[in-house]
Amino acid sequence: MRAAMARKPGMLRVIGALLWKDLLSELRGRALLAALLVFALLTVVVFNYALDLERTVRASVGAGVLWVTIVFTATLALNRVFSAEREHALHEGLLLAPVERLAIYFGKLLSGLLFVLLVAAVVVPVFALLYDLPVARPLNLAVLLLGTLGYLLPGTLLAALAAHARAREVLLPVMLFPVAMPVILSAVRSSQEVLAGSDWVRIAPAFNLLVASDIIFLALAVLLFDQLVDA
Amino acid sequence: MQKNVGLQTLSIGSGLLLLAALYMVFMYAPLEAVMGAVQRVFYFHVAAGWVGALALFVAFVAGLLYLRRGGLLADRVALCSSEIGLVFISMNIASGAIWARPIWNTWWTWDPRLTTATITWLLYAAYLLLRQGIEDPQRRGRFAAVYGVIAFASVPLTFAAIRIFRSIHPVVIGAGAPGAKGSFDMTPAMRDTLLFSVFAFTVLYGALLWHRLRLEQLSERVAQLRLRVLQA
Repeated sequence: MRAAMARKPGMLRVIGALLWKDLLSELRGRALLAALLVFALLTVVVFNYALDLERTVRASVGAGVLWVTIVFTATLALNRVFSAEREHALHEGLLLAPVERLAIYFGKLLSGLLFVLLVAAVVVPVFALLYDLPVARPLNLAVLLLGTLGYLLPGTLLAALAAHARAREVLLPVMLFPVAMPVILSAVRSSQEVLAGSDWVRIAPAFNLLVASDIIFLALAVLLFDQLVDA
Repeated sequence: MQKNVGLQTLSIGSGLLLLAALYMVFMYAPLEAVMGAVQRVFYFHVAAGWVGALALFVAFVAGLLYLRRGGLLADRVALCSSEIGLVFISMNIASGAIWARPIWNTWWTWDPRLTTATITWLLYAAYLLLRQGIEDPQRRGRFAAVYGVIAFASVPLTFAAIRIFRSIHPVVIGAGAPGAKGSFDMTPAMRDTLLFSVFAFTVLYGALLWHRLRLEQLSERVAQLRLRVLQA
């Protein structure tokens, strides 16, 4: 951005405006949230029968079920992140707006995070009820937040990338799953240990790696997002 | 297109080197005392893994160069090198499975190295799929380079994550069984064979990369000529 356009709005205001726009269009009947919620609940139910979850294995397998549910839901949400703009040819408008490009990334990241966390706020208690697991432990909530964030950090970047490709709905998970593998693995591991009531010594390796992955993916996104919109 | 003497020499040279490496693997290297003949797959297994890693590193550096300076050549190198890397990782995984079957008593185990190799394979398969999905050459180069950087950065993190997983969980199959290396003491003849195989494979990589780059140039020229004919 040149100095002549120096009077662009501040980054936080742009992020807030984008977040508000996505929320408003959801409130006016985009019905994404409801679809995500039903999908997430379905996943939990299907896994119960697919894995025949008995009481003894629940603590270790339950964490996996919880995370697969969140990751699937987040993937669906990510597929829609840039879709409204693309369908109404607003993508260019958004990118031409005299704002910091990174603000677009963070706006989309936060609206994705908000949607997935809203779904999680319903699904996680239901999950706790069905499987009788102590998912509400503060540390597990921290893992849920950090893991979801860690998945959406590269996810939002790759969604912007996939938005211009053919077969984008399939391409996004194909690109994202292997990249997000460290986040998924360390989040599952952390949740397993927390749910099993382990000491911090047992939780720490996975939890620290989760935090480290979040930081690395955040740094990469900040460094690389400009490359995607600089057409 | 005139004859490319350098490329021809390199191709024939890498062929001869591979034959020599084969001779060393089967004739010069001694029979391993415990594992027997199947251990001979080790030399090409390691060499293929080395070239796979080298090719993907070259693709990563080429991607970074493309992001910094642009230029068709950097993007072409990134494409060609990652294709070759994918092939060599496949060879590495397949030869590893052949080795694992008699020694670990299974084709596969979710050990950190094996899993990381598989995830890497998936990453670069996704990389090539992404390239196929974008029409505009400029955008394709940029997007692919961005994905290449993220993919490359995530591989060591994945390795670390699986290590955490497995070091606490018992490894059910293959626990205490020989790892990929260090399970047998290499004699000098074995070491020479390994080093020579790695060298031969590296030269082969150079030849393949050159061929593949030339093919890319030729196909672009064909496209240009066709355009000229259609316009005339």
